[in-house]
Amino acid sequence: MFDQAESFVTADGRTIGAVMMEMKNITLRFGGVVAIKDISFDVREGEIRAIIGPNGAGKSSMLNVISGFYHPQEGEVWYKGARRPEMKPFEVARQGIARTFQNIALFEGMSVLDNVMTGRLNHMKSGILSQAIWYGKAEREETENREVVERVIDFLEIQHIRKTPVSRLPYGLKKRVELARALAADPKILLLDEPMAGMNVEEKEDMSRFILDVNDEFGTTIVLIEHDMGVVMDLSDRVVVMDYGKKIGDGPPDEVRNNQAVIDAYLGVAHD
Amino acid sequence: MTATDSADLVSIPALLARNAREFGDKAAYREKEFGIWQSWTWGETVEQVEALALGLLSLGAEKGDHVAIAGRNRPYLYWAMLAAQSIGAVPVPIYQDAVGDEIAYVLDHCNARFIVAGDQEQVDKILDIRDSLKNLKTIIYLDPRGLRKYDHSILKQYQSLQEEGRAARGHLGDELAKRQAAQSYDDTCVMLYTSGTTGRPKGVVLSNRNVIETSKNSSQFDDLGPGEEVLAYLPMAWVGDYTFSMGQALWTGFCVNCPESAETMMTDLREIGPTYYFAPPRVFENQLTNVMIRMEDAGRLKKWMFDKAMAHAKRVGPALLSGASVGFMDRVKYFLGDIFIYGPLKNTLGLSRVRIGYTAGEAIGPELFDFYRSLGINLKQLYGQTEATVYVTIQPDGEVRADTVGVPAPGVEVRIGDNGEIYYRSPGVFVEYYNNPESTASTKDAEGWVATGDAGFFEEGTGHLRIIDRAKDVGKMADGRLFAPKYVENKLKFYPNILEAVVFGNNRDYCTAFINIDLNAVGNWAERNNIAYGGYQELSQHPKVLDMIQAHIEETNQSIAQDPMLSGCQVRRFLVLHKELDADDGEMTRTRKVRRRTVEDKFDDLIAGLYGGAQFVETTTEVTYEDGRKGSISAKLELRDAALAAEQQVAAQ
Repeated sequence: MFDQAESFVTADGRTIGAVMMEMKNITLRFGGVVAIKDISFDVREGEIRAIIGPNGAGKSSMLNVISGFYHPQEGEVWYKGARRPEMKPFEVARQGIARTFQNIALFEGMSVLDNVMTGRLNHMKSGILSQAIWYGKAEREETENREVVERVIDFLEIQHIRKTPVSRLPYGLKKRVELARALAADPKILLLDEPMAGMNVEEKEDMSRFILDVNDEFGTTIVLIEHDMGVVMDLSDRVVVMDYGKKIGDGPPDEVRNNQAVIDAYLGVAHD
Repeated sequence: MTATDSADLVSIPALLARNAREFGDKAAYREKEFGIWQSWTWGETVEQVEALALGLLSLGAEKGDHVAIAGRNRPYLYWAMLAAQSIGAVPVPIYQDAVGDEIAYVLDHCNARFIVAGDQEQVDKILDIRDSLKNLKTIIYLDPRGLRKYDHSILKQYQSLQEEGRAARGHLGDELAKRQAAQSYDDTCVMLYTSGTTGRPKGVVLSNRNVIETSKNSSQFDDLGPGEEVLAYLPMAWVGDYTFSMGQALWTGFCVNCPESAETMMTDLREIGPTYYFAPPRVFENQLTNVMIRMEDAGRLKKWMFDKAMAHAKRVGPALLSGASVGFMDRVKYFLGDIFIYGPLKNTLGLSRVRIGYTAGEAIGPELFDFYRSLGINLKQLYGQTEATVYVTIQPDGEVRADTVGVPAPGVEVRIGDNGEIYYRSPGVFVEYYNNPESTASTKDAEGWVATGDAGFFEEGTGHLRIIDRAKDVGKMADGRLFAPKYVENKLKFYPNILEAVVFGNNRDYCTAFINIDLNAVGNWAERNNIAYGGYQELSQHPKVLDMIQAHIEETNQSIAQDPMLSGCQVRRFLVLHKELDADDGEMTRTRKVRRRTVEDKFDDLIAGLYGGAQFVETTTEVTYEDGRKGSISAKLELRDAALAAEQQVAAQ
């Protein structure tokens, strides 16, 4: 099913494109600890790609490698057909990769609107001076960016908290605001680190709906880490399974579900 | 009247054309989207409506077709109603939160050919029941989000249909003009389904005459002009919204504002500052609760100022609003209060500019009503029905009270039947229930009088109508005086300590009552007063609790005695029940309405005791526990007498 063919259409009518990003033999070490050990996988354009695994498997580290926060000691990251040199996170962001965090990382004292606006920073080119005096290009830019932001706010249905300081919001809404900020950056690839952690069933359903809609409406490629198996199996096109820094499975949800190594990892088998 | 009267204004689309001619550049619709109020003038509205009407023609819509509308209040959906009317089709707005079954019934009953749906949620509901809708041709959806991958054989996007309509103007323009010209005053304007609390919903057919005459009369009554601003946030399927946001808006040319979403309604209200505002009591209640909660958190100085100012407002505010005479110092104080408290508070509530506010739908508590009136907000009550195109009675400025619903609205005749039931006849009286001649015949007689199902009477002197109860619950006392249990029960339940009350007295010499205390309120009181109790039963029979309830009843009797018509309903004897009335025992419905008959049968020994003059009654009652097991409780209940107040003489006698 997932050969190197250029693109194909899934059963539910979504178009999955060619390989967009490829991780080749990534190894990441912190001193003597090997967090990721020789992992390779690819991400195709327009797909929802899940990374799962037990606690400490190295999932968040993997996401940090993609977002340029960690630099692997070995291996290569290929993006859009070219090898990506070692980059700072903001450079990666400029390439169209946005993310949310496992522990919400919003500006608590700022309003939802201002927080989402920060997602547009990479698209603003006017200088500090003209922004400070709100003149010419700065004003025009802000209007344009506000328009994009308002569309995101409308899309994620957070109009009613537009002017509310983030610190006053409940957890589930904060998660949604974080997604809004990432979306405002107009990303090609969206990295979601446990978007549904700590949510109740209803909030999870809402968030799943939004993730699917983002993928459907904007064609955004999504890489997500999630613990809720039901959610992962429903949402994703392909799943990478990690355990102790190693890849133990890769494929469509059904295939992964029946993979003996995966079952062992989740049920717990003595490791050598 | 600022808009010109003209003989050819016989349909809603004709009014639209008139508005485009006379107020072409004036805002007609606004909607907040993407954080900004987007607006459309009457001129632009005509173009939008025409494009959609042509689009509907190109889909083959016929005269008399039913076009269902499902979604939240949005200008596009109001235009869909106008477009349907332009081609001689009948718009049928349906409740957006209705579940599949209810929608299926309505769509099937009206045999809808087209449905205009707001978003994916509505489309999904309709697609689920698609098999049962044989006549359905096209679903027109507004918000494309999530619908891209749907099978588009019967789906059509709203704006793209408008595009097709514009393209087809060449060959369909004449047909549209012909259909518009063919409309008469007695053609159907809209069909609105009743909410169906009793049995299946019924489709109320309203003609152009019903809607336009009613809009004309009511706009004159309150002197509504093209400068009014309203916020359209109540369900589009409800007759009130149709009359305010369509009938009156089109008649007077005022601007209809739609909120961004249901959650932002309060913010949007503040931004728009409507001059003409309608809300059911529960909306006012929520607003008041929010104010009170926030005042609890305010600093001591602010709280002191608020309390002081509100006490003054309560004393003189309503009088000032009604134009009654108020002393000079009181006026000065009220003026200062307005600067420091009432003005800012009204602004926070979004009610600064309200010139005319209405509440209806259910009884509003006098405290709540007076709170808004005392702030200087001209809140009034009206009484109406879908079948009357809203208006039956209405309160004129200066004659506003919490306990009446006003005088007959302009053009409406009201009479009281022998059994106390209210009948009315007006130009707004509906044509018929769609496909339901039996119900039409049993509601509306040959002379056009409609039975409301409510009982009431006209107050001597003022001529105001007072609603007392549903007609079927109203009876007569042994001496022939009116017996209205709900009226008394509502008064009793107004006390926080009383959770439920059931009043008896039909065909009896005097009234008696069963009381359920509110365990939270009374328990709290008991704690503060060091009264020990083991549970509901013990607390309910505590002498001090009985004293408290007796005081409440005697106070209520005082208030009932003020009413010449209902003074016979004073409660002479009462008891506090040893158990709470419960839906599990069948004493109440699941929606917590008392089943009068069941209670009467089940506690017949207690009723006999109340009328037999006993001091104590021993009783055993079967109860059902939540897990379904049965048990029984025994108790010795004390029956008490309550003092009656002197009755006022009926003035006319």
